[in-house]
Amino acid sequence: MVETNPNLYSNSFNIEGGNFNSAGIVSTNIKSILKKLGIPNDIVRKAAIVSYEAEINVVSYAKKAIVNLTVNPGVVQIEVIDDGPGIPNIDLAMQEGYSTADQRIREMGFGAGMGLCNIKNYSDDFHITSEVGKGTHLKMTIQTP
Amino acid sequence: MKLREVKDILEAEVIVGDDILDLEVKTAFGADLMSDVLAFAKAGSLLLTGLTNTQVIRTANVLDIAAIILVRGKNPSSETITLARELKIPILTTKYILFETAGRLYAKGIVGCLQKVENTSGRN
Ligand SMILES: Nc1ncnc2c1ncn2[C@@H]1O[C@H](COP(=O)(O)OP(=O)(O)OP(=O)(O)O)[C@@H](O)[C@H]1O
Ligand SMILES: [Mg+2]
Repeated sequence: MVETNPNLYSNSFNIEGGNFNSAGIVSTNIKSILKKLGIPNDIVRKAAIVSYEAEINVVSYAKKAIVNLTVNPGVVQIEVIDDGPGIPNIDLAMQEGYSTADQRIREMGFGAGMGLCNIKNYSDDFHITSEVGKGTHLKMTIQTP
Repeated sequence: MKLREVKDILEAEVIVGDDILDLEVKTAFGADLMSDVLAFAKAGSLLLTGLTNTQVIRTANVLDIAAIILVRGKNPSSETITLARELKIPILTTKYILFETAGRLYAKGIVGCLQKVENTSGRN
């Protein structure tokens, strides 16, 4: 935990790919940190939703990831950088209903091809870049009052 | 209505949250697909589902779901129960099927947390 001044908070977390038992721990953690920082509930909820969708994707499709959480006056920013297969066609992946999820992911209740759209909808600003064979980088910004 | 009334209407068994049955609820969302729950469910709603894995609890936690109602007599694993206790999310289980569960609650005044989806996405 790095706190340079009372208005700025930043922290990093690791996500282990393939491990469905621990999927969601990072977003649960982010949620409680933001609550403790006094961020309003609806903003905390948005941040928790986007980080959870990203976390489920890492667990489903990538090897591992690092999550950077930064809180500054007016903004919460969440970055998820994974080591994974990357996304060959981002436009396609962003389409609602497009999914390559396997049976195991579907049995957990995921794989409807809605996660990336949901991240976009709950973020005020969303950036995705990906390189096949290297990994995917998501950057979500949520404004705070 | 209070969660206690939900319990009575559904003849449900309380698995987690015996101490928070005074919680007030007005709306619900029902699905077995967590992808849809994440896109559509609103804060403070009941979540009616037949899925029992730990991701149901994680999903409910990020969405600020008031309580989880497991339908079709489903029982959660011990991991699911432990996580729900830790995150203070009540779990009730009812023998009614999803349709009956929703119908019985609706008849007593609980409404959907949204009525329809707009175009492809009725979320946010
Ligand atoms: N981190 C990632 N690495 C590699 N591929 C990814 C990653 N995230 C998403 N994808 C690809 O993009 C597709 C769409 O992702 P999205 O999250 O929108 O839906 P989903 O995970 O398939 O289902 P849902 O999120 O509704 O449970 C995935 O099926 C997968 O092929
Ligand atoms: Mg997804």
